[in-house]
Amino acid sequence: MSGKGKGGTISIDGREIPFAAGQTIMDAALAAGIYIPHLCHKPGLTPHGSCRLCTVEVNGRNAAACTQPAADDQSIDSDTVALNEVRKTIIQMLFIEGNHLCPSCEKSGDCTLQAVAYYLGMLDGHFPQFFPRREVDASHPDIVLDRDRCILCEQCVRASREIDGKDVFAISGRGIQASLIVNAPSGRLADTDIAVTDVAAHICPVGAILIKGRGFDVPIGQRIFDVHGVSDTARERLPLEKSRHIDDE
Amino acid sequence: MDSASGVSDTPHPASPTRSGGRAHLLHELHEVQQRLRHVPRQAICDVAARLDLPISQVESVVDFYSFFHRTPRGRYDILLSTCTSCGHMHGEDDLMQMLGSRLGAEAGQTRADGQLSLGSTSCIGMCDQGPALLVNGLPLTRVDARRLDKLAELIEAGTPIADWPEEWFSIDDQVRQPGLLLDSPWQDGAAIRASLQMGAEAMLAEISRSGLRGRGGAGFGTGMKWQFCRQANGGERYVVCNADEGEPGTFKDRVLLASHADMLCEGMTVCAHVIGAHQGFIYLRGEYRYLLPALQEMLGRRRETGLLGPDILGQHGFSFDIDIIVGAGAYICGEESALIESLEEKRGIPRIRPPFPVTHGYLGQPTVINNVETLVAAAAIAFHGAEWFAAQGTDHSKGSKLLSISGDCAAPGIYEFPFGVSIRHILDDCRAEDVQAVQVGGPSGTLIGPTEFERHLAFEDLATGGSLMVYGRQRDLLAIIRNFAHFFAHESCGFCTPCRVGTSLLKNALDKVGWGHGTHYDVEDIRRLAALVKRRSHCGLGHTAPNPILDVLQRFPQVIEERLAQSGFEPYFDLDASLEEARVLAHRNDAEAHLP
Repeated sequence: MSGKGKGGTISIDGREIPFAAGQTIMDAALAAGIYIPHLCHKPGLTPHGSCRLCTVEVNGRNAAACTQPAADDQSIDSDTVALNEVRKTIIQMLFIEGNHLCPSCEKSGDCTLQAVAYYLGMLDGHFPQFFPRREVDASHPDIVLDRDRCILCEQCVRASREIDGKDVFAISGRGIQASLIVNAPSGRLADTDIAVTDVAAHICPVGAILIKGRGFDVPIGQRIFDVHGVSDTARERLPLEKSRHIDDE
Repeated sequence: MDSASGVSDTPHPASPTRSGGRAHLLHELHEVQQRLRHVPRQAICDVAARLDLPISQVESVVDFYSFFHRTPRGRYDILLSTCTSCGHMHGEDDLMQMLGSRLGAEAGQTRADGQLSLGSTSCIGMCDQGPALLVNGLPLTRVDARRLDKLAELIEAGTPIADWPEEWFSIDDQVRQPGLLLDSPWQDGAAIRASLQMGAEAMLAEISRSGLRGRGGAGFGTGMKWQFCRQANGGERYVVCNADEGEPGTFKDRVLLASHADMLCEGMTVCAHVIGAHQGFIYLRGEYRYLLPALQEMLGRRRETGLLGPDILGQHGFSFDIDIIVGAGAYICGEESALIESLEEKRGIPRIRPPFPVTHGYLGQPTVINNVETLVAAAAIAFHGAEWFAAQGTDHSKGSKLLSISGDCAAPGIYEFPFGVSIRHILDDCRAEDVQAVQVGGPSGTLIGPTEFERHLAFEDLATGGSLMVYGRQRDLLAIIRNFAHFFAHESCGFCTPCRVGTSLLKNALDKVGWGHGTHYDVEDIRRLAALVKRRSHCGLGHTAPNPILDVLQRFPQVIEERLAQSGFEPYFDLDASLEEARVLAHRNDAEAHLP
């Protein structure tokens, strides 16, 4: 790897943009206002590289933009018809492996999965639905965990560890059986130390973690992706800070 | 062990204790699984408290590894291999079905009386003496219909496994053709002595000069790997032996571990001397737990004779020891960074690279991970010199390769050939006749037909980690690649979308073709999906999982073509069968109640 300790420039779809030392391709792209579709990536959290939506071609080789360090002489293809077709297929995979029923979902309009699907022109799931049976955990007074919608992006896992300073969530199991679990003797959300003020309780890009008592507060038509495009990179500036505790100095 | 079970005085070797420090999570969970026949939630909490780990971490590990269960297994826990060489499909016979009907048990289930569980497991590395199964974790080989009858009787009688015929559990090395490594004279301590005499730098140069490349299949230069690790910044350094031989059809490491473990240890010790490590690990696949007592005995003997431990061979300050960590059923842990995660008591999820293990490995420290055969070869090179090794092989693939040959041939077993040997030559030696296809390097490798049998085994032509499965004319290649598709879907770690979902979709699509409902449209979809999984996945498992499908589409298209339905569209489910419940409710079964 070149570029250790210094920045330089990379080229994305023919556009030269600068990068700083330690930045990934995604970091550099977002800073330059270039949108590379992504779901598991969230600025401020450790890059994850699991959804693979940000797949790009770096000098003809496949890489995940969110984990690939930016380096001089990288010529990157991103917004191409062929790559967006790949991304659409990946989005379809995420839809059919879970149970995503947008019309009845409280997150509709605020859901990044749905927004990226629109952005990529997804019209159907293409593949046969898996219709998995997954458990809903409504034990917590303020927060509900609906695993039907979980896309295993681990934003909540990372936010809880890295920002909230807790360890509420984890991914368990293997392969297509992988699922979101919580860290409690009973395995129930109510018995964890999660608080409704935690960033992890609000970060879910889909409707897997919802705050109770907030059904359709914002009407359909005025929701995030009714107002903003998912490709509006300025939207990423959601502050990732834990709200101050009353006892904090 | 639970004395009430009656059969649980199973001679299943207990996990080793580690030199200093607490027990490893995988070992604790194995102990619980043995004692309670499952790992209940309370035990998860207890283990988490004892090891000071988050409950969610322990729970996620239990659910990741195949040999841990959340619901009780039977007193006899029987897992039949699914491998095409040592698996339960034996010619026309399905041993799973035979055993199930004898014992009134269903595959994947525990019998209501709790006496037995019947299930399947990925290749257990007994391909030269299959069909094979694991009973309470112990491999039982050469299972035929007669042995199956007797086995069913013993189970129904509740006979403890310790009292089962001893020869059922005997495992032969079956070395058919030794070569450079297996024939070389050996003296314990000689390689270490050579390394100490030459000095670490000169020994590194010797290994580099030999041209030795990683025997796991990827072929990274061993000298270069050791050098990167030696140069890396870090506190501690580690040597890890990858003995998680999980590629279906591979069993050469089993033989090296059984009969050449001293060479392996010596290779690790020479590596430790070169890179400056004090601690090593052998990550042994759970299927090979039966080898533990002998391996521990070997480690103990080496400590006593000054070949392990403090001041090795009297060299002041050169201390190095080895712990064995036993896996629990996860093919992905053969991937080096997933193996490290597993060593660190986590799910075996491959890490993001860079950084690579040579700079950020075990506990974030510089780590060399080498295959068993690589380390054995390194020991032999240290002893006999680089020239001795490089005299065999090709320009880019020096030395010899151990092959595990299985399938449709008269003489399955271990063969050692110089690199560059042709497939034809290998097939002649193992007495394979009327061969339809050869799977080189296991399911993740390459499937070739007779027109390619003049190709050579070498990193620059056909690379292999050591698996070579022969398929005769009578075999159904579609059944073979369906088997592989099921294998990869089962072993995908689930981290990245393309592999997690894609391997399941490919499995389902091939099954559809197998049931006679595949269409040309489905085949185009399979082709497109296979390419996506291969190119866009996170790690090597995803990159190679579609290989058998793509190989068949390219080299044996008729295998798929002749199974296709001639309609433009066929659904994934049987429309008529789906109406069965409605027919039952309506008390009808006439022609009008069926689809045409």
